[in-house]
Amino acid sequence: MKKNPSQSQFASPAVRLPKSPTGIQGLDEITGGGIPRGRPTLVCGGAGCGKTLLAAEFLIRGAAQFDEPGVFMSFEETDAELEINIASLGFDLAGLIRRKKILLEHVYIERSEIQETGEYDLEGLFVRLNYAIDSIKAKRVVLDTLEALFSGLPSEAILRAELRRLFRWLKEKGVTAVITAERGREQLTRHGLEEYVSDCVILLDHRVHEQIATRHLRIVKYRGALHGTNEYPFLIGEKGLGVLPITSLGLNHAASNRRISTGIARLDAMLAGRGFFRGSSVLLTGTPGTGKTSVATSFAAAAARRGERTLYFAFEESPSQIIRNMRSIGLRLDPLVRGDLLRFHSARPTLCGLEMHLATMFKEIAAFQPSVVVVDPLTSLLAAGVEFESKAMVTRLIDFLKGRQITTLFTSLTHGGHSLEQSEMTISSLMDSWLLLQDFEGNGERNRLLYVLKSRGMAHSNQVREFLISNRGIDLVDAYIGPNGVLTGAARAAQAAREKAEALAARQDAAHRQSILQLKQATLEQQIATLRSEHEIEAGDLRRLDQQAGTRTRVLKTERVELARLRQADALTTPGRRVRPIPKGRL
Amino acid sequence: MKTKTTKRGKAPSNGGPDKLWQLRLHVAGRTPRSQTAFRNLKKICEDHLKGRYSIEVIDLVEHPLLSRGDQILAIPTLVRKLPNPVRKIIGDLSDTGRVLVGLDLRPARALTVVKTPGKEGMA
Repeated sequence: MKKNPSQSQFASPAVRLPKSPTGIQGLDEITGGGIPRGRPTLVCGGAGCGKTLLAAEFLIRGAAQFDEPGVFMSFEETDAELEINIASLGFDLAGLIRRKKILLEHVYIERSEIQETGEYDLEGLFVRLNYAIDSIKAKRVVLDTLEALFSGLPSEAILRAELRRLFRWLKEKGVTAVITAERGREQLTRHGLEEYVSDCVILLDHRVHEQIATRHLRIVKYRGALHGTNEYPFLIGEKGLGVLPITSLGLNHAASNRRISTGIARLDAMLAGRGFFRGSSVLLTGTPGTGKTSVATSFAAAAARRGERTLYFAFEESPSQIIRNMRSIGLRLDPLVRGDLLRFHSARPTLCGLEMHLATMFKEIAAFQPSVVVVDPLTSLLAAGVEFESKAMVTRLIDFLKGRQITTLFTSLTHGGHSLEQSEMTISSLMDSWLLLQDFEGNGERNRLLYVLKSRGMAHSNQVREFLISNRGIDLVDAYIGPNGVLTGAARAAQAAREKAEALAARQDAAHRQSILQLKQATLEQQIATLRSEHEIEAGDLRRLDQQAGTRTRVLKTERVELARLRQADALTTPGRRVRPIPKGRL
Repeated sequence: MKTKTTKRGKAPSNGGPDKLWQLRLHVAGRTPRSQTAFRNLKKICEDHLKGRYSIEVIDLVEHPLLSRGDQILAIPTLVRKLPNPVRKIIGDLSDTGRVLVGLDLRPARALTVVKTPGKEGMA
């Protein structure tokens, strides 16, 4: 059996079994279209778990919505009691009875007035039921609770035989019947009625876990059809039953490429410049006092100012308290509330169980049709449920919202002491974006930091930002990250001032060095000039000496030639003309 | 399920010699069982209420609406309309002792049947 209870999966079995839609929210989804048409269905469960209501709703919706008249045969409640109970579902029961769409039939059995004196059968019941069915041409029949017969009439053997005959007769009659029965200790029903009703058995359950009662519905058996086998939480609301199938396991909601601003410009910048994806779910976690509500309200107010309807579920503060508090950070919410763009829904989490809260939320969302929803905080809502169920409930909520392309921001309160990431394990995996608000203590002050832990499908910033709340709203500034860790607040300002001073000093230092260098260079150039002039003087001396030496030589030579002429000496051979001998090896 | 007919020699404790007993037997069609019931009833009345009883036989197949008024489920059902309070006896009336107890013609001490006197039936 498949676990996935999405409607498409159960809707097309190989052989199509005719089904009667119950009209009960969610039940038709998990049964793939309703209960078997023309056959009896057994609904069993303990006292006060909603058997009669399920049966009544099946009948009334059949008459009101599917034009299938129905007979309600009650063995416990009188017609008047039934009318009051069913009227609470909000249907015009009296009108339906007048128009012969519904027939209430109270069967009164009082054991003390009945004396058994021999063999009997239940032909009287058959006659009565037959007459009732025929008189309004009923297609649906409810027998509530047939087991009253066992306490009302003696001789179980006769009763069993007669009930077997009754179920066969109902099938032959072609009516879709719902038979309710009390849950037994070891069997599904106290008197083993499941033996006779073999087509469809629905089990209702009402369990209390940690003081919180949750109703469950399970389809034990559905012959000839695929069905969801899980236990589904269901609730009894103002408009009748609602079963909550986990449709998100189908994971087939469309993903939007459109973006939605967070209402904080710098935060948009951190999310690839354009904010969250539309229809995504965003988790905002933080320890107490980190500004979760402020961020959430900024987001909500920005959406409302753009003209998008925004629904704010507050589980800790009253609307007027939020409006007052947000005024202190420059957010004026009352015009938005007056313009019905921003709507608050406040409730104490302990008011009722989680599934009841969810039902209320579903109802509010369906009525207001918002495009942005804020749940503040999710954690106190989850506290209203049992942990393992909470995730399933949140999954349902997220799925419901995503299916409607509603962008949702959940805030979540975390407690210090252990890793934030770990504490959010259960729900964070369901979220598309996760912002973390943290406070940072140091130098006698606490400052807020904001990270984007994850944001599916976009290049988000990995930087930590300091998160400032002022009377002009929320701003994000770069946190100083130095060798001593992250500096925020006054420390960041001090650090900035220190850096400024250091930079100034460094600039002055550089200028000083520069002038020294220039001085040195000037000195050096001077020296070079001196040396050069000295060198030139020396060179001049040298040239003069050279000239003197040349003159003297010439003079001497002239004198010597003169002298030789005077002495009448032979002519001197002209120097430099000598013949070189040829080296031997060359020839 | 047939129970043994018990005959005890105790005098019938009826509701007074002058009271008229109005009895109504509900059947569904002319089945052997309904005929047995009628025969048994006739005999008991002749034995214990001679001359001051009336028996009305109602066939629910012909008058289905009447099953609603008398809250009849089992067939055959004998309803003691008078004297008050209303009593219902189901079965083919073959257990005379139980019939007598059921009709208040004999105290219940011989049988373990819980009774709540004074409880009005839905007429």
